[in-house]
Amino acid sequence: MSEEYVLQLQHIRKEYPGVVALKDVTLELKKGEILALIGENGAGKSTLIKCCSGAVIPTSGKIIVNNKEFTSMTPQLAAENGIAIIYQEFNNVKELSAAENLFLGRPIRKGIVVDKAAMEKEAAKAFERLHIKINPKALMKDLTVGYQQMVEIAKAIQQNANILIMDEPSAPLTSAEVESMFEVVEQLRAEGVSIIYISHRLDEIYRLSDRIVVIRDGEYVKTLITEKSHVQELIQLMVGRELTQTYPPRGDCIDKNEVFLELKNVTGNGDKNINLKVHKGEILGLGGLVGAGRTELAEMIFGAARKESGQMIFKGKEINPKSPREAIDLGVALVPEDRKRHGAMLGISIKNNINMPIYERNSTLSVIDSKKEWEIAEKYEKNMAIKTPSLNQLVKNLSGGNQQKVILGRWLAADSELIIFDEPTRGIDVGAKYEIYKLMNDLVEKEGKAILMISSEMEELMGMSDRIVVLAEGNQTGELQKEEFSQETIMAFASAAKVEEVE
Amino acid sequence: MKENKIVNQLKSQAIWIVLVALVIVFTIANPRFISPSNLLTLLRQVSMYGIASIGMTFVILLGDIDLSTGTIISFVNIICAYMMVNMGLNPVIAVIISLIAATLIGVLNGFMVSTIGIPAIIATYATQTAFYGLALIICGGMPISGFSKGFAVIGQGYVGIVPIPVIIMAICFIIGAFILNKTYFGRYFYAVGGNVEAAKLSGIRVSRIKYLVFAISGFFAGLAGIVMLSRTASGNASSGADGFEFEVITCVVLGGVSVTGGVGRMSGVVAGTFIIGALKNGMVLMNVNSYVQKIVMGVVLAIAVGFDCMQNKKRSN
Repeated sequence: MSEEYVLQLQHIRKEYPGVVALKDVTLELKKGEILALIGENGAGKSTLIKCCSGAVIPTSGKIIVNNKEFTSMTPQLAAENGIAIIYQEFNNVKELSAAENLFLGRPIRKGIVVDKAAMEKEAAKAFERLHIKINPKALMKDLTVGYQQMVEIAKAIQQNANILIMDEPSAPLTSAEVESMFEVVEQLRAEGVSIIYISHRLDEIYRLSDRIVVIRDGEYVKTLITEKSHVQELIQLMVGRELTQTYPPRGDCIDKNEVFLELKNVTGNGDKNINLKVHKGEILGLGGLVGAGRTELAEMIFGAARKESGQMIFKGKEINPKSPREAIDLGVALVPEDRKRHGAMLGISIKNNINMPIYERNSTLSVIDSKKEWEIAEKYEKNMAIKTPSLNQLVKNLSGGNQQKVILGRWLAADSELIIFDEPTRGIDVGAKYEIYKLMNDLVEKEGKAILMISSEMEELMGMSDRIVVLAEGNQTGELQKEEFSQETIMAFASAAKVEEVE
Repeated sequence: MKENKIVNQLKSQAIWIVLVALVIVFTIANPRFISPSNLLTLLRQVSMYGIASIGMTFVILLGDIDLSTGTIISFVNIICAYMMVNMGLNPVIAVIISLIAATLIGVLNGFMVSTIGIPAIIATYATQTAFYGLALIICGGMPISGFSKGFAVIGQGYVGIVPIPVIIMAICFIIGAFILNKTYFGRYFYAVGGNVEAAKLSGIRVSRIKYLVFAISGFFAGLAGIVMLSRTASGNASSGADGFEFEVITCVVLGGVSVTGGVGRMSGVVAGTFIIGALKNGMVLMNVNSYVQKIVMGVVLAIAVGFDCMQNKKRSN
């Protein structure tokens, strides 16, 4: 039956040191179909398409393109076999024209000079074929994102691609642009081009695709015929893992009468009209897909980005922090997602890392009270159970879990009352994760702090939060009480975004 | 990790070992090198570099660079001389105004780098060019001389056998070490130079720190300029030209301050400055051709930075 398929991925496995990104994924693409590939963040979609493009060499498995068998691809092999990928980030040169971009790397030449006129003529033909109206002479930077994407697609077709892999193509587009992109994609299908379409937006998948492949945690789950499947079923397949991990228990410590943070219609930094409340002693989970605008919201609360409108009320007082310094002095802290780049100062000692936000408080005429500096460092080394031979140890020599504890210690030393965790346990091994969870529990239970926790790990989100607010594409799409928590509901909210673009 | 510690210890002392080795080599080549009077001369020769290196150390710790040092020296030379000679101002007041002017040039650098966002190498080069021109306009290209005897003490005087410029340098190094180790500004310099994003998110107002550091750099360059003016007894627009700042940069990076920022100690810069002094003085005693001296200084700079970059490469691997 293999001639029915233009592309087959068979038993693809990809291991990285310590992690298996893909375990035995099989996918078959028919001629002239749109095959949707879906899965949660980190399910392995990107790794899988990188195996097709040659950017990733699979550990084992076979890639069969038009009946030719490969164990791995190279970018050149992929191109020779008609595979093209439209990434979210375009590979274009903004200062060159649409036509020149179309022929990037293989210009039509007349002797040693490039033949602009010929390229423009060919480009016009290519655009014509896709029924898109782009002036071949227009500079790439003057085109809208939608048109830039069209140029990418035209380029793939111009290079005789018959297998087009599109990674979240609608993500950067406005709704009108999405419509024209759909038309082009449908037309390509009619011409016999096979398309793998990756998207989080389930409505698009139902609108476009013929079949759907679901993967989860690097494993193949199921292939569905789009017409015969339901959204509910799809979501269940995406998130339907068994919840096995246990979380340290926490007593009821929420003080409903004391609101630490309240957001009223907060808009800005990509977010629109966010309303939420975090009480003393509460862990509020912030769920959503990557790029949903959760980190952006945290940045606004922490003063690292400015809101455009709406109100932020912290402990009864309206706040509008213009810098992290202001937010810190108010009592807001941020434990960032990228610990190595934004959180810990790796080349600096544990002692100095812990004291960094409060040096000015503990200095007289800018001279540091070094006794106090040591006392504070020792106190939080003990409280956080940081494992280190010395407080003079550089933070880069610590494990991820211990680095996270240093950052936490820093914020406790600064008397922070609202602590925002952005992916609190990313890159931390399982044992240390549990310790971080226990510390978070202590913060709300014993210290009376409030926590806003951003997490893309469904289990963590449900296991640690008292309530969950879900964002999708900068909009607040749902709020769940503890008894309403379910993977399906959260996933449905996270992908239910209907963007109303104001143009 | 233990082995690492020993290696690191050795590395942090390596610069002193190099210094001792140099002293031995030059002493063998010419025993006059080790005589106390020559050593004091050597120190006096590098005192201007040493004084200017304090601010440069802070700037490089932030991961930036200051190319205006030499011009600030020239500019201070001219305006201080002009105020004393042409305007008949009291030397003390002239010196204070000159130091304020030097600091303000630093603030201007800070403004361009921090507020506007011009890369430090370009911003401070622009300052260098413009203020050199301004200095030339003020003096009409001619040297200004004829200072009071009191003013000459700064550059030419002695306390016991120790030249006053050397004492000023020593005090500056102590102040520099104090700022770096005992005040929170020092902690901030390392934090900003090591990871500017994390520093910001820890509540450090990075912009202010940049202003401060460029201002400090301007101030110490100005102080070096005053010492030079007093020593040469003649205000000359070309006194800081011909790459003075690069000699200072060489002292600093030779002393182990990483050009990528965030790493370095004041004691290392002291050693780096002494090495440059020993090299210059020793080569003169050995009658090394001055053109060849230039080559040696270039090679030394390349080796110092090359060593640092190799360390960085290892670190990132």
